[in-house]
Amino acid sequence: MNAKTEKQPLLANPRYKKIIIPSLIAMLIIFTWQFIVVTADIPEYIFPSPFVTAKTLYADWGLLGPALLYTLKVTLLSFLLAIVVGVSVAFVFVQNRAIETALFPYAVLLQVTPIVAIAPLIIIWIQNTTLALVVCSTLVAIFPIISNTTLGLRSVSPNLLAYFKLRRASRLQILFRLRVPSAMPYFFAALQIASGLSLVGAVVAEFVAGTGGANTGLAYQILQSGYQLNIPRMFAALTLISLTGVVLFAAMSMISKLVIGHWHESEV
Amino acid sequence: MSQINIKSDDSEPISSSNLPAAVELLSTEKTYPNGTQALLPVDLKIKQGEFVTLLGPSGCGKSTLLKMVAGLESPSDGRLLLWRKPIDKLHESDRTLSFVFQEASLMVWHSVRKNISLALELEGVKGQEAEQRVDQALKLVGLEKFADSLPKELSGGMQMRVSIARGLVIKPDLLLMDEPFGALDEITRFKLDSDLLRLWQENGLTVIFVTHSIHEAVFLSQRVIVMAARPGRVIANIEIDEPFPRTQQFRLQPKFSQYAMELHQYLENASIEEATS
Repeated sequence: MNAKTEKQPLLANPRYKKIIIPSLIAMLIIFTWQFIVVTADIPEYIFPSPFVTAKTLYADWGLLGPALLYTLKVTLLSFLLAIVVGVSVAFVFVQNRAIETALFPYAVLLQVTPIVAIAPLIIIWIQNTTLALVVCSTLVAIFPIISNTTLGLRSVSPNLLAYFKLRRASRLQILFRLRVPSAMPYFFAALQIASGLSLVGAVVAEFVAGTGGANTGLAYQILQSGYQLNIPRMFAALTLISLTGVVLFAAMSMISKLVIGHWHESEV
Repeated sequence: MSQINIKSDDSEPISSSNLPAAVELLSTEKTYPNGTQALLPVDLKIKQGEFVTLLGPSGCGKSTLLKMVAGLESPSDGRLLLWRKPIDKLHESDRTLSFVFQEASLMVWHSVRKNISLALELEGVKGQEAEQRVDQALKLVGLEKFADSLPKELSGGMQMRVSIARGLVIKPDLLLMDEPFGALDEITRFKLDSDLLRLWQENGLTVIFVTHSIHEAVFLSQRVIVMAARPGRVIANIEIDEPFPRTQQFRLQPKFSQYAMELHQYLENASIEEATS
């Protein structure tokens, strides 16, 4: 009858709910931030307002745009590398328990060693900076892919496995007809985590590498802004990194929904 | 022992007396490496085309016995023959067996049709023939209209039907069923019991059916193997001498209750023995 009944279906739809409510929170935060900075009269070299940040983002796009592209390049390359290597390792682990027992501790070792500690070594070893960054970032992103995919490939219904064996299915048939589909939800969950981690890896590694020249990403821009006390540009670069992470995560959710959404419960 | 169990070997129905044994257990037993006796030595012969139920409480080794017949577990001692051959030689003959699990155990990512056709695909049956056989199997269980549904869109009973269709599509000689309707409501269960009897008769199957329901055992079987737990063993072998087809009316007849009572008595005696020993 009134405005309230019109609004209800929109918010009752979980799909819109998932977008509308966080957007409202974001707006609230941005307005509060702007309000505090303006009313308290905080200088922009300490804490720039959202408005100043947006203005800087636009004004410095000539610097930040290419930096974003470079960081994206490193992120995506390392993400792909982590998927290819991680899934391959998981396949090997699943074929043979002995190999998994022998090698899994080293996968853990890789995970628990902070990337900032290994990065200098990798940067010395690998001449090509971009490649060095990709390798560092891959090391950060690969672990959840290995562990989740291995878990997924093993999380097969025992009855279905018995069924395949009764039907005298080959190892390869069991792998591709049973294990791979069963692992899909685990694999896509890993992708959501790993996409963010590869971005983190790309940024952290660049901090350590700290190189200048033509190939510079957002981390380098943040470092430079720090030296120059150009805090608004630092905020603009930060914003770009955060947004990239959000977009990557959303993209992974969407791909996951497209591929397994029709049968996997949590994606419905 | 009782008036009902008057049937002895010399008065077997002529129709099945000359048929060869489909399953033979000769002192077959299962003891796990840690010493747990899952099943004391069993001697059992199941004829071609027979419907036999293994009845007993949990831990009586009925599922273990069934899995050994399927080759999913191996006996720790004794022999087990399917059509006079050891189980690992079965694939060399043209005999096949199907196993229906307690849960439907479907591939949730595949449609009903794909779930059923996979069995054929693994056997190398493809194309037109595979399509036809899947349609046939779907018709047998009355799910023609749900060929393209996903398992999650079906009720528990319908999922079980898919599981049975998947078992039947390879045209097995022997159908092994491990408490297949245990998780279903009674109405669905009665319906599937009747459907199963129809499929058994129409397709000349040999069925070994595991259940812990006395009434289900009486309704379905020609013969009930009563088992007891701790240690798992066979305690009785009861013929249910009632003609087929059996309708729901059979459940209401005094004879049905008499059989049920007799089976109940065996199970009860065994559990009293267990408690006092």
